[in-house]
Amino acid sequence: MVEKGTYRLKAGLADMLKGGVIMDVVTPEQAKIAEEAGAVAVMALERVPADIRAAGGVARMADPRIIKEIMEAVSIPVMAKVRIGHFVEAQVLEALGIDYIDESEVLTPADEKYHIDKRNFKVPFVCGARDLGEALRRIGEGAAMIRTKGEAGTGNIVEAVRHMRQVIDEIRILKNLPKEELMTKAKELGAPFELLEEVAEKGRLPVVNFAAGGIATPADAALMMQLGADGVFVGSGIFKSSDPQKRAKAIVEATTHYNNPEIIAQVSEGLGEAMKGIEISRIEVGARMQDRGW
Amino acid sequence: MKVGVLALQGAFREHLEMLKQCGQEGIVVKTKAELKQISGLIIPGGESTAIGKLMNSSQLDEAIIHLYNHTNIPIFGTCAGMILLAKKIKGQEQSTLGLMDITVQRNAFGRQIESFEADLDITGITPPSFKGIFIRAPYITEAGEGVQKLAYFNQNIVLAREGNILVSSFHPELGSDLRIHQYFLRMKK
Repeated sequence: MVEKGTYRLKAGLADMLKGGVIMDVVTPEQAKIAEEAGAVAVMALERVPADIRAAGGVARMADPRIIKEIMEAVSIPVMAKVRIGHFVEAQVLEALGIDYIDESEVLTPADEKYHIDKRNFKVPFVCGARDLGEALRRIGEGAAMIRTKGEAGTGNIVEAVRHMRQVIDEIRILKNLPKEELMTKAKELGAPFELLEEVAEKGRLPVVNFAAGGIATPADAALMMQLGADGVFVGSGIFKSSDPQKRAKAIVEATTHYNNPEIIAQVSEGLGEAMKGIEISRIEVGARMQDRGW
Repeated sequence: MKVGVLALQGAFREHLEMLKQCGQEGIVVKTKAELKQISGLIIPGGESTAIGKLMNSSQLDEAIIHLYNHTNIPIFGTCAGMILLAKKIKGQEQSTLGLMDITVQRNAFGRQIESFEADLDITGITPPSFKGIFIRAPYITEAGEGVQKLAYFNQNIVLAREGNILVSSFHPELGSDLRIHQYFLRMKK
């Protein structure tokens, strides 16, 4: 018997991406640079988050033509983003044969209450989370991979650190809870009880967890790995820097050798200017992307 | 005796877990120094382009070739590992270790949406059939005379052995069936 679209296949692809770097790209040329630098996948976009932030207005799924061109340009997996709750954008991406769908807070949400029923799709989904409850709600809906949100397009690592620490701390607490407290904890977190039980038993999320939202340097990537990330997404940090090729390669090396400061030092040398970045307190309340998602 | 799992990128944790369940000590290999301690090597699934570049920048590629040519230690490559051990990649200029006389087609069954699970009958492994998990998987399009073809899916070679090198298109490390890892461990001299 041959089976396709099983959860094991969806989560399995994320397992193959572990220890790697997924890079945002907006053209086939950028996709090739990313692949050449050793990216494990690319995220096909019309604009990187920093430009979405600057442009304002409504951010939507990218033009299928851009996505197709990027899919043709590289042999590594290609991901693309849909708006939260916009299941038709997801149907479109599935029809294009995309490898992974990111139901992403970086785009303007299409639904202020509900996310996509991701079990309905053969293509796997990755979703953002700021804490354990949010991660488990998304997994409950069928997400096969999680990324902590951070604050996309800022080049500022502080929110990524906050969210990764939050998730890992909550898992640590859960591991030590007596069984009779788990149901009340599930109620508090707003998370499915069965998934909570699984996390308590395994001591980790049931799926791969990458870090995202603010990674701009090799040291940033290694920091997230040391904090417990399975891999990293780098959005604006590469193609908004002065030497994307060199920086992309350096971030890949630092993600693999995250516990080897000599290598991180070596690859961090002479990378040119990192993206300028934004101090989080300068972002207006309501303009923070991380608050999108329910 | 320790079996090393190349841990530059990909599903190395799963292979280490399988080794543990087989009662075999496994260690993470990220540097040339770690290669010296091992008597067998697993190259896991992941992205072959990324692993290939990371092997090259750390000179692990030359070191692995040297190690195999001088000691003939057993090597097991799954998915990306199959690609990296092949002499040739069909239609692509991708540098590999080139230790096995096979030509491999990458993403041979198609993109993620075509990824599948299927039951396989495997030469050298006692029935029942083995559940193969194929994720954007490669297969072998041409194999040299010395290559034993151990399993097929739709007439395509998905498991093969040459000398002390074993390669699979699929991911035995993602399931709970230990038989292929046990087969590999029996290959040790």
